[in-house]
Amino acid sequence: MEVRALMSGVFYRKPTPEAPPYVEVGDQVKKGQVLGLLETMKVFQKIKAPVAGKVVEILAENEGLIKDNQVIFVIETA
Amino acid sequence: MFSKVLVANRGEIAVRVIRALRELGIASVAVYSEADKNCLHLELADEKVCIGPSISAKSYLNIENIIRAAKETKAEAIHPGYGYLAESGEFAKELEKEGFVFIGPSPENLQLAGDKLIAKKIVKSAGVPIIPSSPDGVGTIEEAKKICGTIGYPVMIKASGGGGGRGIRICDNEEALMEEFPVAKMEARAAFGNGELYIEKYVVEPRHIEFQVLADTSGNVIHLGERECSIQRRYQKLIEECPSPLLTPEMRKAMGDAAIAAAKAVKYLNAGTMEFLVDKAGRFYFMEINARIQVEHPVTELVTGVDLVKEQIRLSSGGQLEYSFDDLIRRGWAIECRINAEDPDRNFAPSPGTVEEYQAPGGFGVRLDTHLYQGYEIPVYYDSLIAKLIAFDLTRDRAIQIMKRALGELKISPIKTTIPLYLRIMDDPQFRQGEFNTGFLKNYLLGKDEEEEF
Repeated sequence: MEVRALMSGVFYRKPTPEAPPYVEVGDQVKKGQVLGLLETMKVFQKIKAPVAGKVVEILAENEGLIKDNQVIFVIETA
Repeated sequence: MFSKVLVANRGEIAVRVIRALRELGIASVAVYSEADKNCLHLELADEKVCIGPSISAKSYLNIENIIRAAKETKAEAIHPGYGYLAESGEFAKELEKEGFVFIGPSPENLQLAGDKLIAKKIVKSAGVPIIPSSPDGVGTIEEAKKICGTIGYPVMIKASGGGGGRGIRICDNEEALMEEFPVAKMEARAAFGNGELYIEKYVVEPRHIEFQVLADTSGNVIHLGERECSIQRRYQKLIEECPSPLLTPEMRKAMGDAAIAAAKAVKYLNAGTMEFLVDKAGRFYFMEINARIQVEHPVTELVTGVDLVKEQIRLSSGGQLEYSFDDLIRRGWAIECRINAEDPDRNFAPSPGTVEEYQAPGGFGVRLDTHLYQGYEIPVYYDSLIAKLIAFDLTRDRAIQIMKRALGELKISPIKTTIPLYLRIMDDPQFRQGEFNTGFLKNYLLGKDEEEEF
């Protein structure tokens, strides 16, 4: 299952620069769990897991620019 | 007067300041991030320096890089605009140390303005009314009851660690206080990691009215009248006007005197704004100091004829104030709409992207402060404010008519903007009558307006 950006913005893997990332490849996540943040014009949105499963790919860099509809995570459902 | 000034900002306010510098015959230096290579302020300035990557923290907030740019270009002073480093005491202090002039208040002013509780205490000691409140750390419900008995209901229980309107509970009477106080304490501990609470009188349906002040190095302080800023969403102003439809000449005099007293009490320098809340009975309370040029400054400029940015520059190069409010030839009415790249039909979702079609309004009574042009790509990295449309005429009704006409002419597509919302508000009977408060915009919001979900 692909998790896509709902709009363009800057992607953050962690809540603060010092904090550990929300998720790493291989992590099991619950439905609705926060995977990262997307900042668009100073507004922060949580990127949440649409399903429960395992994070198999993270396709964006921390602080990287994300285009509208770009795939950010791939989650493998059981 | 300075011969060269660096503008440490971007977008419409950088354009605004660079225009003032050009008119004063002062050379201008624009700074920009990697995302802003095509921003309009670079076109208008005499020189430009890249100060870092797209993310603001690495460019427009990067004190080291900005000072390096000022040294390289031999600028004498720095204008910070609003936002970014405009209210950073640290930045102002660093500039002082390096021998540059900060066009704005003193580092001490900035520090104090940032500490709202201390600022209120000092302003109160100068005889200016503030919203009655408890000290920090109301521990027990008995203490809370006693305090509320003194300040009177309704009250707000606030988390000391909270901010931006979060963690606030309103109690109409003692019964509600008994019920809410323990819950608020638990909630504050969970949400902010700090269970400290304080209690403040709740002002029902207030108006937000602020006074522009100017102060020179000889201790002269004047005010330039008020701005009505009650039309807000989440404490963000959307429409401002000058004068306020609420104020009588007597209220204006009393509040203007209070604004001057507040500025004098904190030994304020340069341009600033004293924010007040006004309750239904017309009582006013000092809220805070905005130690910067404000977004909404043009409405004051159109009514007073004073160019506030030029006054900032003049005052910071040692200029003195040789006039007062009564000397101004004030006339007419000005209204500003903040055009944001947001979709009012989708819970104000941000709308960045390329401006494929751009058509600016013009004609009698129209001022447009913007960095937009056709083909400009609005970046995702920065604020959604993309233009300020200001209408002016001799009466409020006529200014509204001009605003409606100008909003209709302004085309920024396919970007979603707040223009359609403002067109509706211009026809709102309450707005037309000038009878509104800070709750006005609720009528235009879709359901609950809390989470960032679009």
